[in-house]
Amino acid sequence: MSNPQQLRYSKEHEWLSAAEDGASTVGITEHAANALGDVVFVQLPEVGDSVTAGETCGELESTKSVSDLYSPVSGEVTEVNEDVVNDPSLVNSAPFEGGWLFKVRITDEPADLLSADEYTAFTAG
Amino acid sequence: MSSTELRRTALDATHRALGATMTDFAGWDMPLRYDSERDEHVAVRTRAGLFDLSHMGEITVTGPQAADLLNYALVGNIGSVKPGRARYTMICREDGGILDDLIVYRLGEAEAASSHYMVVANASNAQVVLDALTERAAGFDAEVRDDRDAYALLAVQGPESPAIVKSLTDADLDGLKYYAGLPGTVAGVPALIARTGYTGEDGFELFVKPEHAVELWQALTEAGEGAGLVPCGLSCRDTLRLEAGMPLYGHELTTELTPFDAGLGRVVKFEKEGDFVGRAALTEAASRAEQNPPRVLVGLVAEGRRVPRAGYRVVAGGEVIGEVTSGAPSPTLGKPIAMAYVDPAHAVPGTEGVGVDIRGSHEPYEVVALPFYKRQK
Repeated sequence: MSNPQQLRYSKEHEWLSAAEDGASTVGITEHAANALGDVVFVQLPEVGDSVTAGETCGELESTKSVSDLYSPVSGEVTEVNEDVVNDPSLVNSAPFEGGWLFKVRITDEPADLLSADEYTAFTAG
Repeated sequence: MSSTELRRTALDATHRALGATMTDFAGWDMPLRYDSERDEHVAVRTRAGLFDLSHMGEITVTGPQAADLLNYALVGNIGSVKPGRARYTMICREDGGILDDLIVYRLGEAEAASSHYMVVANASNAQVVLDALTERAAGFDAEVRDDRDAYALLAVQGPESPAIVKSLTDADLDGLKYYAGLPGTVAGVPALIARTGYTGEDGFELFVKPEHAVELWQALTEAGEGAGLVPCGLSCRDTLRLEAGMPLYGHELTTELTPFDAGLGRVVKFEKEGDFVGRAALTEAASRAEQNPPRVLVGLVAEGRRVPRAGYRVVAGGEVIGEVTSGAPSPTLGKPIAMAYVDPAHAVPGTEGVGVDIRGSHEPYEVVALPFYKRQK
């Protein structure tokens, strides 16, 4: 399992892309998707919602459990991935690509986001 | 993770080589899933799946009074089980509370002076059952033996399982009925071949010596390759048994409930000879259940996509009318399903206005009769 170098990561296992047209993309990592098992339901924030770094903004449901989705940064949601709502298995099959969750215009971000190597070490521990 | 204390089955290295996600289940490090649990579930429903169930607790009971002991210690009529047959039964406390649900296999010959039974307990309760049987054996000419380490247990489940097992044995599988078991050889390995399972499909459970487990697993894997057999973990075992409406100890069955509260009063055989542990309390529980019906175990099918979980409240008209005991997304129905104990007034299939409180939001559910899934024979 390799975590893309160009992304940054939270300790709650979300990834965050660099801003493109002012908004960054958020998803959960392959490590998190594997730990959850088959994701069957995804509840995302709505476009226009304010999200706060480290606070819950949705949920992911798998066969065995339900898990909160945490926003890795603070900001305003500009887009949500309707494809993943309709087909939650995208979270498992393509966590870093088609399984992205939402886009956010960042107003504030925590200082402790991890690099790919740091996140890899974090999950190995 | 303190996985050092977990017990490992004889197939541990095999699971790791297959890339299984492992989980702590009742103190055992067991495969939760190998890849997608949904794919594993579908494989068992349509083709075949191979399970390691070596965590299950085998207890051997032998001796001239083995049947008398089991009749006294368990709620079923074990004396009526013929050699080569098996019986689903329960062990209760003196107050009628369920200690565990069990399968008892009668082995050996009908004419033998000393009869021979194998009691299979849930992993989480194996020690409790062993202790209770040992204690209840006082005064009986029977021996209770802890055989948990004497067996590995492999299960082949699914519509292709008879063909797969048949290709590896000369045993008469066609003559082997559901809930029956016979000693035989599978892939050259001595085994107790039982036609039992916990998936709602036809299938076999193979009790073998642990040192033969890897060899048998590999033979079954090769024999099942063309038929689409896949290794399966405990995650899909849970969704398979849930669809089949089978209770799981700790969820639908607990010490707080008698078999009558669980809708399984039929396993209690008052007509058998002699006393048995819990008789007085269960007699009372049976008449109580008749006069004042307890909550009923029903099926719930979601209209939405949110999944009910054990402990969630079942609601109707703003009132709590029951509690979910097991819930999961059903691969066969394509919707979330649950088993729940609900007040009798809301237990009739088709009852309107029933919902589940899913973290504060009342989601609508349809009340249905169990099971959710029944195989076509």
